[in-house]
Order: sequence, then structure tokens, then C-alpha cells
Amino acid sequence: MTRRITIDPITRLEGHGKIEIFLNDEGNVENAYLQVPELRGFEKFVVGRPAEDMPRITERICGVCPTAHHMASTKCLDDLFKIDPPQAAKKIRELFYSIFMFEDHTLHFYFLGGPDFVVGPKAPKEERNIIGVLGKVGLEVGKKVIGIRKKARDIMTEMAGRVIHPVFGLPGGISKPLTKEVVKTIKEVAKEGVEFSQFSLKVFDDLVLKNKEYLDLIKSDIYTHRTYYMGLVDEKNRLNFYDGKIRVVDPEGKEYVKFPVKEYFKNIEEHVEPWSYLKFLFLKDKGWKGFVDGKDSGIYRVAPLARLNVSDGIETPRANEEYDRMYKTLGGKPSHLTLAFHWARLIEALYAAENMERLANDPEILHPKVRTIPTATPEEGVGVVEAPRGTLIHHYKTDKRGIIEEANLIVATQNNSAAINMGIQKAAKALIKEGKVDEGILNLIEITFRAYDPCHGCGTHLLPGHVPLEINVYKKSGELFYSFRNH
Amino acid sequence: MSKPKVAFYWCSSCGGCDEAIVDLAEDILKVIEAVDIVFWPVAMDFKTKDVEAMPDGSIAVTFISGAVRLSEQEEMAKLLRKKSGLIVAFGACAHLGGIPGLANFFEKKEILETVYLTSLSTSNPQGILPQVETEVKEGILTIPKFYDRVYALDQVIEVDYYLPGCAPSKDIITNALTAILEGKLPPKGSVLAPSNSLCASCKRNESKPEKLRIKKFFRPHEVIIDQAKCFLDQGLICLGPATRDGCGSRCIEGNMPCEGCFGPTEKAMDMGAKALSAISSLIDSQDEDEIKRIVDTIADPAGTFYRFSLPKALIPRKRERKI
Amino acid sequence: MSFEPKIVAFLCNWCSYAGADLAGTSRIKYPPNVRPIRVMCSGRVDPTFVLKAFASGADGVLICGCHPGDCHYMEGNYKTARRIPLLKKMLKQLGIEEERVCLEWVSAAEGARYATLVKDLVAKVKALGPFSREGRLDE
Repeated sequence: MTRRITIDPITRLEGHGKIEIFLNDEGNVENAYLQVPELRGFEKFVVGRPAEDMPRITERICGVCPTAHHMASTKCLDDLFKIDPPQAAKKIRELFYSIFMFEDHTLHFYFLGGPDFVVGPKAPKEERNIIGVLGKVGLEVGKKVIGIRKKARDIMTEMAGRVIHPVFGLPGGISKPLTKEVVKTIKEVAKEGVEFSQFSLKVFDDLVLKNKEYLDLIKSDIYTHRTYYMGLVDEKNRLNFYDGKIRVVDPEGKEYVKFPVKEYFKNIEEHVEPWSYLKFLFLKDKGWKGFVDGKDSGIYRVAPLARLNVSDGIETPRANEEYDRMYKTLGGKPSHLTLAFHWARLIEALYAAENMERLANDPEILHPKVRTIPTATPEEGVGVVEAPRGTLIHHYKTDKRGIIEEANLIVATQNNSAAINMGIQKAAKALIKEGKVDEGILNLIEITFRAYDPCHGCGTHLLPGHVPLEINVYKKSGELFYSFRNH
Repeated sequence: MSKPKVAFYWCSSCGGCDEAIVDLAEDILKVIEAVDIVFWPVAMDFKTKDVEAMPDGSIAVTFISGAVRLSEQEEMAKLLRKKSGLIVAFGACAHLGGIPGLANFFEKKEILETVYLTSLSTSNPQGILPQVETEVKEGILTIPKFYDRVYALDQVIEVDYYLPGCAPSKDIITNALTAILEGKLPPKGSVLAPSNSLCASCKRNESKPEKLRIKKFFRPHEVIIDQAKCFLDQGLICLGPATRDGCGSRCIEGNMPCEGCFGPTEKAMDMGAKALSAISSLIDSQDEDEIKRIVDTIADPAGTFYRFSLPKALIPRKRERKI
Repeated sequence: MSFEPKIVAFLCNWCSYAGADLAGTSRIKYPPNVRPIRVMCSGRVDPTFVLKAFASGADGVLICGCHPGDCHYMEGNYKTARRIPLLKKMLKQLGIEEERVCLEWVSAAEGARYATLVKDLVAKVKALGPFSREGRLDE
């Protein structure tokens, strides 16, 4: 007799998803599956479109991180048309990207993943949201979060015309230069951003790290996976969101491989399961060994903690200090603690803000020349950035006129999809015993995937805290065995 | 008096429309305080079962974004239709099919094969494709069915109002929400945006010469784009003349031409046809061969003119190859 | 029953409709597949009409206007001449063969020519087959 628990839909997460948990006769977890029930087919329907339109088309993959796609696509076009943009254009692009990373990471911590931490996973569900967070950090801070987000998004609108689905990326540069007024505002926002990021890290320190219960949770084995890690690094193996080579380290932290993005398909592959529309990435050399971790498994992770694991340090001073402090606290590098992704995310936000400051004060960004017209015949190109949720790769093949003939996309969260499934299985197996399950336990399973930064959150400050869940446990015959509703 | 209930749902959406609502939060505090949000899967934890338990018509307004590509999306749209007084198609995908609508240039089989079989980085020697039902060791797992084509929202349920744009602009959303709460709505079936074309409010309109005449169309990366001149005058394809006003010309401000995300103006039956009309009227030639040469400089007519609106076109998908 | 294509023809009032009339009064035999629609000028033919024709079940569309230089409204037929090539390119992307849309200049005196045009178009479209297996697309 198999019993089954369905969590549908999973929440405070990007896109649609559901979790199916199967129990054996003793009421212990036999297996758990996270299924993604949606597909649009971008890789097919961009065929026939002009390559230069790809930044504006592919960014519609995600309305929360369109900038990531827009940038990966634009860089892919540089490669496709064999054109090197002017320095000013490259710096403005990177500046824009830093603002985006700062804004996205900050929002996630306060509205999405943060509540599980700041108020705690065992807190009443009504408090596990931004309101609970505000209760802990104060209304003034809440206003600051919303304020800084708005300022960041407003300045992005000034720079690229739009913030939801930017338009300024072109092969060989960007559509328009910056003005003195815009740069002045960017400098102000950057300064505020650095201060706010430091504040966020202090919040994390006070409310999470100094709380023994939460620290134990972070360090617990339930949320630990010894996987490989992947991320972009610069020539000095330092963290970089915008450009560099892709580096992979093994579960012991040793460099496993480092490759330019052009060689991505020699190093990573996608696995298909019939019960989900989302594919699972793994290291080609290691092969697909199923949802298991360890040195022999091909499963690797990306995004904040992974990026810090693969890098030797951070270029900007304050963030680098925090980087050292984190690893000291967690007991060394690499860290395999899934919940530490939240901490790493805040450190990355600080790096993004510092980078914003550095670039905003670079006089070259005011240069009027931001375009170089391509002359080469296009054929094939690959582009990469680190999206908030992980390594993002765009690969296009075109005809001589630059019309897309083939496209391949490796989309950030995909890199983590195997690890997320693994995490769900491990947490479910560890937490559900003898059929005993309640709302709190289910949330402890859900915090597994939230650590990876589910793409979407809500920035309104009027979320009710309710996490309405319904658990129906069925016998194999279909007869309802046990039902639990928390609302 | 209890607050009116409001719900949000997303079908085949990118989440940008939800971001657009979040971006308003500061601006429409009073509006949001006046309603009770009862369902918003992306941001809140209410479930489908909660909606099923609500009395029919008890949700005052439901905003649905995203096109319909999979069976679950149609089921949810139909459920919400039952439970809601008003349904507003929110954003270009719900309004016209949006960017996902470009998939109508391809057959379902082609899409699945590319994603799961022939993709360069996919290793799938057994040729596994996602299945509506899969038997695993422990039981049966289900996922929704991927349809043969993309549908706009009003092709599966009755829609009361449309909020156009990808994503709709702040003003459009705020005005619509205010109108709904005050009960001052235009006739059902209306698009809640101005009825004229973007050129009417575009700052570059003044720079247009009396007659626009194009000997050659350019693609945006082929020329340095002037920041003040009308794009059409620069030989760049801008769909402003065929696109509904209301977005605030944000792409124009970004120094890139309009792609038509707000959809057609009031009277147009087919956006692509209107855009084609507008662009072809610029061709500066009366010679058959020269006209052909100029037409050749337009790289992707169907994909450009129907960028956001293919599912709602008179010919909503590529004609099947074999009869 | 073999396939008989349905052709919708947009004929301009001053030249080509008169030409088609002449074919009739001259008792010239030609295939009965055409459904003629009289417009004042070929320039009146909005691309929407052509798409609507196909969506309503047409297998082919014929557009006839005055010869260049002879347009009753001076420039009308030049407008058509600019639109139709782009429309045909777009239709091709939608899987619609370019041969299904035919633009020709027919004067009021060219009854025989009109008849030959129709004969050729019907033969071509017959060879291509029905427009859509699904029947009407606009219902």
C-alpha cells in the first residue's frame, strides 16, 4: 500500500511546480519528485527570427530576470558577429548588470527566501513573509527595501528605456550612451546600495547567525549535499557576474575543469525524465548517475554559494571581507550547506553594489561612442553571464544573413534542477517518519528549493502570511486515508 | 462592507506582468488596500482547492496573464472564469498570445524534438519525451498536456477586458484598477488603453518629414541610431504606426524601435496585416524589380509584424505542410 | 470528387472588373472557380482582405488592377504593387505558397487575357491542393 503526499503548487517560487512524495507501508518516504509542468519552446520558435532581435525575444523567458537573458544574448551576438564593443559600452553593460544583480538579490532576501530565515522556518505561517520580516527588522527598514528597489529599477529604466524587458543590447554595443545626470543618480544609488547591503548582512548576522537554532539548521546534514560547483571567474579566479571562464570545482574544492563558454557542450549535458518538462544538467565526463551527490555523480550546483565556492575571492574589498568571514564561520571551503546560499546571496549583493560604485565613478562610461557596426558575416556565437540563479548560456547558429537557424539555451536554474530534486528527496526522507506530517514539516521541505532563489517574489508589503497547504494521503486504492488542511 | 476580492493567475507567462504589478505597489497603495487578494500563486500560498471552494462569481476581478499552451492553463482559466465576476486579460500574452505565440510557426512535434531530442547539449539516447502520465516505481506521475498551438486567453474563455502590453505600463494598470474599483468601465470587450496609435504620442513624430520614402530598410545593428529622428525615417522598422498607444514610448526612450507589444489599434482586425500595410507604404519605388529588392531588405516579415500577436491573427498558425 | 479550388478575386472597378465582364459577354469559356469582388481600385485591397479570404476558406486569391500609369486614381495600383510582394513573402513564412496569391494588371479590353489568367491560376492552385485541411480558420 503506497501513500502519497502532493504539494501543489509549490509557492514563493519562480514558475509552476508540484512535489509528489510517496510513502511506504511504514509511513517513511520512499521517494519524492519535483515536477515542472510547463514548457514554451523558445529554443524552437526563435528559429527564423533575425539574430539582433534575440535579446528582446529571449528576455521574455523571464520577466523577473530579463536583464540576464538580454545580456547573455547580447554577448552572444558580439560573438556571432565577431565584433568587439567599445570600452564604454562594455562598462555600461556591466554597470547595468551590477545594478540588476544587486536589486534582484536584495529583493529575494527580504521578500522570498529571507522570511524562512529571518522569522524562522518554525514560525507561524502567518509570519513567514515580508510582514514577519518587517516585524523583526522594523518598518523603517521595510521602507528602505522598497525604496532602494525602486531607485535601482528607475535608474535601469533611464539607462535602457525599460526595466521589465530592456531594449538596449545590440551586437557591438548598446543603443544609447549615458548622460551626466544619469551617472550622478547612479552614483547616489550605488552608495546607498553598498550601505544597504552591509545592513542586510548585519541583519543576517543578528537574526540568523547569532541564533543557535537557525545556525544548527543551516549546518544540519538534512540540507547538505556534497556536489560539484560551477560559476564564472575572471582571469584571477575571482567572482564575476558579467564575463570570464566557467570553472568547476569538485566536492573537495579542487578545480575540476575550467573552460571558455564556447566549450560548454563538451562539459555539461542535459538529462530528460518523462515526468517533468524541465531537463536536468550534469557533468558530461561523470555521466548521469541519478539523483545522488558525491564525487562520482555528475550533479553540480550553481548560483550564490556555488559561485563563491569556485572563486578564490572577490575583487571588491568589503565583499571579500564578508567572503572570508563566511567560510571561517562555516568551517572552510567549499561549503556544501544549501541554506548558506542565502548568506552567499547577500555577499553577492554587496559585491554588486560595490561594483556599481566602481563603474559609476569610471569616467569612461560617459564616452559617447557606444557602438561598433559589425561587418563580419555571422555564423555561430555563444554568450554567457551569471544570472542571479546561476550560469546562463545562449548559443545561436545563423545563416549568412544572420537569421537564426538553431538555438540552444542553458538556463540558470536548470543547472540546479537535479540538486533541487535531490534536496527534496533528502529532506522528505529525513523529516517525514511513520506517516507523521504537518504544515511545519512541509515547509521545512519547501525551504530546500527556496534557498536556490526561486525566481519570483512579491514586492508588495501587504502579503498575508498564510501558507495554506492541503495534504491528502491516499491509499493505493484511491481511498482517502488522511487529510490535513491548515486553513 | 467587505473588500472586493481580487485574484491573479499566470498561464504561460514569464512573470513580467506580475513584476509590473509589484512595481506599482508604492503608487497604488490605496488601491491595493481597498481589495482582498485571494489567489496569487506566484506570491501567495492559496491553492487551487481554495478557488474551487469559493462560491461562483465571488471573486470580483481576476487578472490572468500568460498565453494558453498547456491543458492545466486552460483548466485554471475556466475555473477562474466560473469563480469571477470579471476576467481581465493582463498583458500581451493573454491579450494576443505574446512572444510564446511565435511557437505557432512550428508544430508541437518539432518543438518537443528540438528541446528533448536534437538539442546540442541534451543526452537522450532513449529518446524520452515528457509524457502526460508516467509510471514510476512508486505510482503514477502526471503533467499537463502540451497543446498543438498557443492560444490567447479569449480563445479559451470569455474575457471582459484587456490590459495590453509586454508588460502593461504603470499608467495603464493604475487607470484600469481605478476604473474597476470605481465601477467606471467602458463596454465589455474593451481594451483598457487609448485607441489611437503610438505615433500620436511619440516625441519623434515631429521629426517625421511630410512624406516618408524608403529605398532600403536597415536592421538595428547595421546603423548608428539617431536619438531624435523618427526610426522609419532612418530606414528602421518601427511598428508605432500600427500599434496602440499607452506605453509611454519606453522602447523609443531606450533608442530602439517599437515592436508592437500593445497590439493593434481599435479597428484593426489583424495586427500583422496592418503593420505590413504601414511598412510597405514607405517603399519608394514603382518598379517591380526594385520593389522586390527593397522587400528583400526586410529580414523577417511574419515574425516582425506578428511578434506578439500570431495566435490572434486571421491565419493564427503556420499552415500544416501536408494535406 | 476531385478538388475544385475556391478563388477569391478582387477586381478594380475601372479596368479589371470591366475586363472580366468582357470575358463573360464575349462568351469565353473559363473555369467557374472564381468569386469576384468589385473594389473601386486595386489600391483598396488591404492585406487583411487577402488573409481573411484564406481564413474563410479560399484556396487562392487573385488581385487585378489597371496597368501601371493607367490607374483611375493615379497612384492606387502603385500602392498595391508595393504591398503584394511583401505580403507574399510574409505568407510564405506562414506556409502559404506564393503561387496562391496572384497580382496582375488587366485592362477593360483584356477579356481574353483575364480568362487565361484565371485558367492558369486555377490549374496552379489545383496542383497545390486545398489551402487547409481544417477548413475555415475564422470560425
